[in-house]
Amino acid sequence: MNTVVLGKMRCGGFTGRLQADWRKAGLQKSGWLKTVNAVSGRFGSAGLWLAGALLLAGCSDQAWNNPHPESEASANILYSSFSERPKHLDPARSYSSDESRFIDQIYEPPLAYDYLKRPYELIPNTLTAIPDIRYSDAEGNEVDADSENIAFSTYHFQLQPGIRYQPHPAFALNKNGESRYLFASAAESAQYRTLDDFTEQGSRELLAEDYVYQIKRLADPERLSPVRALLSDYIIGMTEFSQMVSEARKALEEKAGKQAWLDLRQLSMAGVEAQGRYDFTIRLKGKYPQFKYWLAFHFFAPIPWEVDRFYHQPGLAERNIVLDWHPVGSGPFMMTRNNPNEVIILEKNPNYRADYYPSEGMPGDAEAGLLDDAGKQLPLLDKVVYRLEKEAIPLWTKFMQGYYDRSGIASDSFDQAIRVSSDGIGLSPEMMEKGVSLEKEVVLGSYYLAFNMLDPVVGDKGDAKSRERARKLRQAIAIAYDQQEMISIFANGRGEVAMSPIPPGIFGYQSGEEGINPYVFDWVDGKPQRKSLEEAKRLLAEAGYPGGRHEKTGEPLVLNLDTPTGGGGGSAMQNWMIKQFKKLNIQLNIRGTDYNRFKEKMQTGNAQLFQWGWLADYPDAENFLFLQYGNNGQVISGGSGVNSTNYNNAEYNRLFDQMQLMEDSPQRMEIIRRMIAIMQRDAVWASGWHPHSYVLNNHWVRNVKAHGISKSVVKYFAVDTEKRRQAQAAWNEPVLWPIFVVAGILLLALLPGYRAFRRRQQRRIETMLVANVSTTNKEQEG
Amino acid sequence: MLAYIIRRLAYALPILIGVNLLTFALFFMVNTPDQMARVQLGDKHVSEEAIEQWKAQRGYDKPLFINTAENSEGLLTDTIFFDKSARLFVFDFGKSDEGRVIGADISERMWPSLAVALPTFIIGISVNIVFALFVVMFRASMFDTAAMVLCVVLLSISGVFYILGGQYFFAKLWHLVPISGYLGGTDAIRFLILPVIIGVVAGIGGGTRLYRTLFLEEANKDYVRTARAKGVSETAVLFRHILPNGLIPILTSVVVVIPSLFMGSLLIESFFGIPGLGSYTLDAIQAQDFAIVRSMVFLGSVLYILGLILTDISYTLVDPRVRLS
Repeated sequence: MNTVVLGKMRCGGFTGRLQADWRKAGLQKSGWLKTVNAVSGRFGSAGLWLAGALLLAGCSDQAWNNPHPESEASANILYSSFSERPKHLDPARSYSSDESRFIDQIYEPPLAYDYLKRPYELIPNTLTAIPDIRYSDAEGNEVDADSENIAFSTYHFQLQPGIRYQPHPAFALNKNGESRYLFASAAESAQYRTLDDFTEQGSRELLAEDYVYQIKRLADPERLSPVRALLSDYIIGMTEFSQMVSEARKALEEKAGKQAWLDLRQLSMAGVEAQGRYDFTIRLKGKYPQFKYWLAFHFFAPIPWEVDRFYHQPGLAERNIVLDWHPVGSGPFMMTRNNPNEVIILEKNPNYRADYYPSEGMPGDAEAGLLDDAGKQLPLLDKVVYRLEKEAIPLWTKFMQGYYDRSGIASDSFDQAIRVSSDGIGLSPEMMEKGVSLEKEVVLGSYYLAFNMLDPVVGDKGDAKSRERARKLRQAIAIAYDQQEMISIFANGRGEVAMSPIPPGIFGYQSGEEGINPYVFDWVDGKPQRKSLEEAKRLLAEAGYPGGRHEKTGEPLVLNLDTPTGGGGGSAMQNWMIKQFKKLNIQLNIRGTDYNRFKEKMQTGNAQLFQWGWLADYPDAENFLFLQYGNNGQVISGGSGVNSTNYNNAEYNRLFDQMQLMEDSPQRMEIIRRMIAIMQRDAVWASGWHPHSYVLNNHWVRNVKAHGISKSVVKYFAVDTEKRRQAQAAWNEPVLWPIFVVAGILLLALLPGYRAFRRRQQRRIETMLVANVSTTNKEQEG
Repeated sequence: MLAYIIRRLAYALPILIGVNLLTFALFFMVNTPDQMARVQLGDKHVSEEAIEQWKAQRGYDKPLFINTAENSEGLLTDTIFFDKSARLFVFDFGKSDEGRVIGADISERMWPSLAVALPTFIIGISVNIVFALFVVMFRASMFDTAAMVLCVVLLSISGVFYILGGQYFFAKLWHLVPISGYLGGTDAIRFLILPVIIGVVAGIGGGTRLYRTLFLEEANKDYVRTARAKGVSETAVLFRHILPNGLIPILTSVVVVIPSLFMGSLLIESFFGIPGLGSYTLDAIQAQDFAIVRSMVFLGSVLYILGLILTDISYTLVDPRVRLS
């Protein structure tokens, strides 16, 4: 068998090579070959179109399996993927990391995070400086930041002049300086089927009133902003504004119909005001130090009123031409294609402001090449292409073929990508040979197994004695549940046991001996060691369940775990969990349920044990410790709180109230330590872990540094397109011998059939001739 | 015939209402509007007010089937069921739960579905018929036995296995085609080759066995014997006599699926990342987007009914003896 492996080829080149290979194989135009040709001509031509189509792909320089258009071969593009189609791209509505990864490249809130510095540091984004904050008492007198009489906080923002929005039809003007695209009816806009049909575009300068307009949009109940309720507690006049908007909209709809656009500029919000072209203020009730982090969220990105009006024109929403799908911003990229069913494309915003790659980083950043592009104008890419990839295998294969520049690691591919040894976790030899680099980070979040404190068996209810017993039961379970083993088995070691809700990298996290949970671990030989099972059994006995049975009734202790993963306990993970409880002779009943019902159970407090997780909004301990704050209890708050355990400890609550108003300081650290000690003692969480994120980068990708909070990082990325082109060509040479093997097998199968067919045709004719002859003879004889 | 078609269309109405009713009942048994709102609004900071607002915006704040607060016709019409169902009958699918216009999505996504389904359908039918005729030609021979064994083997293999195997060999190992994805225009061909091959190969087993049975039945009839007796060649017997007469029962299984080609293939589209209506439906089920599920079930029912009517009409075209009345 001749093996034919051809690389890049052109049409003419291919046919020439093919004939040469046939000649090499000694297949001249012999009689045998003629027969083959005859057979294939008769029976195979219909099927050969597929081979023809395959060979047509050889008409270009591009590898045959390249999923990207040939025109992009040498373009400065980053190829990435998304697995979940974004639901909302409106910065007032979007609240998911799947959506932030797109819109955070487009929208520019006032603040941003430094890309390279750790711990995470806020820097001005569109501002000239970090906002100036002034505090005042109830009478309006200015007071110090640490005063106890703070009644109001006033944030003053000064914008950089000259920032311009991306080109967009909403800014297009006619000769009279009026909006080019204004439609009185749906019929007028009917010719515009997609956003691309609006051929004229314009731009304008970013103004302070655009930020004010967006904050008003956040307050508009129609926008369904997830942060409206939270911000209404702080921004002065926001609640009243929401009411005002509802009434104004109702009146407008009665007058002009449901699609009418409500100009929010006509309504004012007491706490938000544009004082000039470039400066505006936000006034808050009291002191809210975490507000600065919200200012780095896309919720506070500017929306020009022209854009809001443009998308509210009659007929456009019926064709999905809405702000929720077609964002408009002043950021480094603009969305030029949004087909969430297939591809989302971001292109460099030609109007992007003067923004440069940072020249300072952390120790080691320069050695890692992270400062090589220091001082260069951002963004470094011309385009970012995100393709929908719902299945893990194609995604991984395309990364390995060089068609995606970056990739996460699915469990199936972990062994291929990562080698775990006594030296730690590193890349496998295959990855190292390809020049792939590994980007590791601790995700700012926690997954946990927790108790519902309202439950009569495991919760914090009843008299002091029963509460103490339940506490010991929870502590016993916390010791028996080997979280490290779970991470090793089910997460390929990608995570670390959570001693508290606060993950590494956040102020309040403590490593080493002082950071361990002393109710579950001992510090032995310089590392934490889980307490013995005997200790857990002792606590269980003290809790009233010696040997896992009720001390009076003798009935086995049965606990119910609610999990949103579904299934009934048959999965390996669930079996493992049952085994953990079995160590204490506790029977665990796993109640798998769909996510909706699970959330309903959480909302009503109808659970005993449950598994859930939390990903941080911002890098502050408050954003983790409020998971146990009493007022945030799901049941108390009617489902809107984040404290699913419904834990309500007076001392913890008091310390939380104190801590959340403080800036990071040794005093704040001490309070956090006390809070953690309280929840550790009460064993609110049976166990928890902070996952690690592993991302692989092909060797042509530069300037990649994991950032746990910010998604606005693509502007720093760079790719070496020539290296990528070479690698793609080398890694994807088409292997052609299977085509010939298949064709050969088909011919071999057809050949005997064809001969048999010919014989059969021949035999019939012969038979008929014989029959005719014998008939003639008989006639003659007769 | 016109009267027949009108009558069939009239029969379709109660069927469609029934299908819609069943979809409603099943969906709302699993999901309440509150739960749908929570899915759409996310996990963090979801207030009761936001849930009510979401329901009101999408018309889920009304009673499901009977509005006891209303009088006369409002009792039945001012409900979620009537509100959502009535518009379906004029093919106004409304908006999905996440806010996109379903009609616009369907018109956009049906083309990739057709791009996969149509060649798979045409090539598949052709290959199956030709293969079945060959088998019939060599009936009761070793070739016949081997072909039937092969068909049973092909029939027994799971569709997912074909897909994963095809992706592994053709795309990953031999680098002949992209493993998944889709581009518009002529670029689409590269992405369609593998799904079409897999669709055709996966259908050979079942298709060939069915058509072989049909053709064998025809092959034993008197007119075939007569043709052979008159000295007609075997090829002509197969293609000019057996095939046209064998097509009538084949039409039953073929024409009925033609309209449904628009609906795409759930498996193929999902595994190959083809943005068609099959993956649209699957995504909607996973996201519990009732508006899309309801629309797709309705559309599927309409197309199926249309397929049945077309089948009846096609009978009259291929067999002059059949009259619709």
